[in-house]
Amino acid sequence: MSDKPLAAVPYLKIPEGADPYLEGHKCGNCGATFLGERDVCSKCGARDQMSAVTLPNTGKLYSYSIVYRSFPGIEVPYISAIVDLDDGTAIKGNLINIEPDPENIAFDMPVEVVYDDALGRKDADGNAYLSYFFQPTASA
Amino acid sequence: MTDAYIVGVDMIKFGRFPDKTVPQIGAQAALMALDDCGLTIQDMQALYCGNLGQASGMVGQRMLQEIGQTGMPVVNVANACATGATAFREAWASVKAGLYDCVLAVGVEQMGKGLLGGAGAKVGIPKEGLLGSGTMPAVFAEAGMEHARKYGTTFEQFAKVSVKNHHHSTLNPKAMYQIETPLDEVMGAEMISYPNTKLMCSVNVDGSAAAVICSEKKAKELGLMSRAIKVRASVLASDPWQERDLVMPDVNSCTRKAAAEAYEMAGVGPDDINLIELHDCFATAEILHYENLGICKDGEAGRLIDEGEVALGGRIPVNVSGGLLSKGHPLGATGIANIYEVSTHLRGEAGSRQVEGAKMGLTHVIGLGSACAIHVLEKAS
Repeated sequence: MSDKPLAAVPYLKIPEGADPYLEGHKCGNCGATFLGERDVCSKCGARDQMSAVTLPNTGKLYSYSIVYRSFPGIEVPYISAIVDLDDGTAIKGNLINIEPDPENIAFDMPVEVVYDDALGRKDADGNAYLSYFFQPTASA
Repeated sequence: MTDAYIVGVDMIKFGRFPDKTVPQIGAQAALMALDDCGLTIQDMQALYCGNLGQASGMVGQRMLQEIGQTGMPVVNVANACATGATAFREAWASVKAGLYDCVLAVGVEQMGKGLLGGAGAKVGIPKEGLLGSGTMPAVFAEAGMEHARKYGTTFEQFAKVSVKNHHHSTLNPKAMYQIETPLDEVMGAEMISYPNTKLMCSVNVDGSAAAVICSEKKAKELGLMSRAIKVRASVLASDPWQERDLVMPDVNSCTRKAAAEAYEMAGVGPDDINLIELHDCFATAEILHYENLGICKDGEAGRLIDEGEVALGGRIPVNVSGGLLSKGHPLGATGIANIYEVSTHLRGEAGSRQVEGAKMGLTHVIGLGSACAIHVLEKAS
């Protein structure tokens, strides 16, 4: 068992002695950005043009659903959100620290990426995980 | 190339049949489609069998073990919710290519109850409810909310789709349910994934549908042209690259691509279509497809449902069968069941839900992942 939390998804990086961040892979030919490592661009087909980029921690809410019915053991309601990060990369996750009510949720509302324990979920070996979440950007 | 015609087509009444096997359920529709045109399993030169739940289980061969092992070639097809339509299209293509002149396509599914999608993790920890939701009601809610952000589409407008399709199903004895659901009941039902309530989610049912496809020469030889349905277009598309692909399965661009190709192949436009059976897996999805299929301009889908243009008796009736929302959605059978519905109207045999004077119809299914199949059908002249 690891004494440090593992990353919930491969595109979440936890560097030694630095803040966690999300990593994208950008095509040097057409500029498309992907979550997760790959060798070939599915937009333009270019090979060996991919390079890792650090994704921004801010973006805007593109679309969402408020989930009331999920699988057993999963706490509801929660907001399933599609966020466009500031560099244009689309990413999905839970939108937290906001009342799950359509009245409170606005398209294009600014959100920030925050990193926290993966809701207490552990794998079969007892490892804890670090995940990412979105929350409304604190007004200055 | 020869034209291809549907000469026999039918579906079983959708329901729940836990005591039957998948091949047994498929066999029922196969026999019904054969009876519809007076042919036998011995007349079939090939079988294209669509099923998702037992995709590795040789369902087509096991079905022939129920109704006639002639030794014909069998192709088992899986393509998410486009499975049945893909099996039909493979059958059509084999006739178009001149490989065979009389073939059978079957779609069949046996389903459990409950949520689809968002399955648990094989490695690490489950992501459902941690990184958003992968359940189908949520995924299609997010697709609907994308329409809401663009055009201001409301919860009420999405709900009206369900009111309409449930109403249509009261006229269809083969639908799973024949129950009116007024707007307040749809909007007040248990919220599954906003804005989709329980009555805005398709029904998981068991079902099967089948079609016999012949070349023009064979259909004429057999004297089957009087009730034959001409396949004017058959198109299958996968999802072209879109910027949010990785987090938002795309049901729009592949439908638009398939629709454009289908209209071109048929040499017709949306104004020539008299009825449509489209993939209303969730009420939110139907709204998107009015625009994707070109029956209105972008941004007008809300008006279409508000003004009843897509209801039976309206300008372009959509899902008069009751749709996936009330007829039910047995994944692998749905594509051929849609073809049965449109064919039945083109034959003038749809009873109290008949779209009067229907000459040409369109069927559409979407499998997430994604696959879109569209067929344009016309009564043989």
